[in-house]
Amino acid sequence: MARMISSRRKAVNTAIAWSVGLLIFFPILWTVLTSFKTEAQAIADPPIWFNFHWTLENYVTVQERSNYFRHFWNSVVISVGSTLIGLAIAVPAAWAMAFVPGKRTKDLLMWMLSTKMLPPVGVLVPIYLLFQKVGLLDTQIGLIIVLTLINLPIIVWMLYTYFREIPVDILEAARMDGAGLKDEVISVLLPMAVPGMASTVLLNIILAWNEAFWTLNLTAAKAAPLTAFIASYSSPEGLFYAKLSAASTMAIAPILIMGWFSQKQLVRGLTFGAVK
Amino acid sequence: MTFTIRAGLMACAASALVATSASGETITIATVNNGDMIRMQGLTDDFTKSHPDIELEWVTLEENVLRQRVTQDVATKGGQFDVMTIGTYEVPIWSKQGWLVPLKDMPEGYDAADLLPAIAGGLTTDGELYAAPFYGESSMVMYRKDLMEKAGLTMPDAPTWDEIKAAAAAMTDKDGEIYGICLRGKAGWGENMAFLTAMANSYGAKWFDMDWNAQFDSPEWKATLTDYLDLMNNYGPPGASSNGFNENLALFQQGKCGMWIDATVAASFVTNPTDSTVADQVGFALAPDKGLGKRGNWLWAWNLAIPAGTEKADAAKAFVAWATSKAYTELVAANEGWANVPPGTRTSLYENQEYLDAAPFAKMTLESIQAADPQHPTVDEVPYVGVQFVAIPEFQGIGTSVGQQFSAALAGQMTADEALAAAQTLTTREMKRSGYPK
Repeated sequence: MARMISSRRKAVNTAIAWSVGLLIFFPILWTVLTSFKTEAQAIADPPIWFNFHWTLENYVTVQERSNYFRHFWNSVVISVGSTLIGLAIAVPAAWAMAFVPGKRTKDLLMWMLSTKMLPPVGVLVPIYLLFQKVGLLDTQIGLIIVLTLINLPIIVWMLYTYFREIPVDILEAARMDGAGLKDEVISVLLPMAVPGMASTVLLNIILAWNEAFWTLNLTAAKAAPLTAFIASYSSPEGLFYAKLSAASTMAIAPILIMGWFSQKQLVRGLTFGAVK
Repeated sequence: MTFTIRAGLMACAASALVATSASGETITIATVNNGDMIRMQGLTDDFTKSHPDIELEWVTLEENVLRQRVTQDVATKGGQFDVMTIGTYEVPIWSKQGWLVPLKDMPEGYDAADLLPAIAGGLTTDGELYAAPFYGESSMVMYRKDLMEKAGLTMPDAPTWDEIKAAAAAMTDKDGEIYGICLRGKAGWGENMAFLTAMANSYGAKWFDMDWNAQFDSPEWKATLTDYLDLMNNYGPPGASSNGFNENLALFQQGKCGMWIDATVAASFVTNPTDSTVADQVGFALAPDKGLGKRGNWLWAWNLAIPAGTEKADAAKAFVAWATSKAYTELVAANEGWANVPPGTRTSLYENQEYLDAAPFAKMTLESIQAADPQHPTVDEVPYVGVQFVAIPEFQGIGTSVGQQFSAALAGQMTADEALAAAQTLTTREMKRSGYPK
């Protein structure tokens, strides 16, 4: 009886999990399907699910009209660059906060997080003017700086949480064995924090890849990443839904594939320390 | 010795200049995503062939994003763009601010006198042209000839609002998912307020009196909003409060609208048999009136302008002249057919029989454009310019806020009286805050 209840509960849980998963995945599925339709099929009412003449025409048009690879390369440089610089700053900061906390560490963490609560548009004009003065508008380095600063609180918080899960005793044992600060961080702390760091890196790359406000406002033609590529297919006057879907599919495909291959690492990192 | 050094320096400078000009310069063009602009991008080989020293970089954005980006850039003299695509709303405001390069000395053969007076008038400040129109549009009635015939009605070329209402009632068949009329309901100064402001003009309403006092408490505005809500609630499609141009275009193309009053540029979409199921059944008429001397049609143009911050004004001007010339329309016609030529900017286009034959909507488009007067948009005298907008910087914010009230009324969240009262309060408050009357 107990086994029956247990298997029924398992089936219900599985059904709920699949439903939630499909619900979350549905917009992506619909975008991909629409990208293979004609513009007329894309707006058909009632909507056409699978029974349509599949066409690659939208992908061909997008490829002819836009330089996908330039946008793609900008996205790669900006997201990887901002993640690496962010990590270089956040690891020592999180280490200090986790293992040598001061009286105000918690306040400092909260203050860092509070910067995320400020609407970005509130600082757009000052940053725009600053970038204009120093010649950083429409440059990869300019966007790397901005995205590093935006995502830094999240990286510090995530790493701080992972570091806190590592027993201090291990670090003390290393110190007793004669390890210096450098050895302690590189040889003891970092190998133990690899799952957490990997998920931090992946999450940060995803956040930077998808960031649209700053990338649209601070770029023009040279440093525009894939978010600007997608924006160029949106139109309030004229039907571009199928082409917009093709552009969106091309823009999200790299990050989706990366997420697919690294999902084990990502889930392991995100649930690290969740259950003791 | 000094002479030798100076001569040497001058030679170096000259050679540097030659090198620069030989390697060419790149101009960055910010533009909006629509069919005509995309077509232009595809034809730029023609320009670069005749101007091998100029390279073109394109930044294509959605209309609202583009507006924000170019405003930010021009106001801060950011210099990211050398040519900007801007609307009729921006030109008078920006030219007065000194943000645009006047388009004097356009190349020989440009023929500025050929530009349609109604369109060119909205782009001229103190007698100087500040932007070159790429395509122009007004609004008109697009209707289903077959449904009108079935209802036993005939659409006049210049209908009144009462005739539109009667036609909407006769064509509506909600069980058959055919709605007599489709109009914009989505909130926004360029969305529902473009339509409602133009409609209000024909009802004798206005945004402000001569002292810049808001006028939403007038009986004319009440009549406008009440009739609009009556039309949409009784004969419009469900969920109309979120319908903009694209949503109505989709409905019309699928045969679900008896009439659609919107941009003249839609005519080429609804008569295109590839996308429209009713392509051969579409008729056109002027926007309706109320017998007061003004029609409910707007006037808009997408224009190419050169920001004052650019260092490549000459190259930019060469491009603007090419893209808005008569030769460009001939180039489009040769490559894509006359029906795809950007409409609404030049008188000569409407004298071209080949164009008139290819575009059955051409005559009505021209008449609609000519029926709009941005300098005198309303029945009574007003202190502002602009048909479906008020050409002041504050209008974008106020127009969208008022549009939200009217959209809420359409969604049934408030009554017409409540929406008008809210519009009056917020407009008065914002205008006072902005220091009007100035």
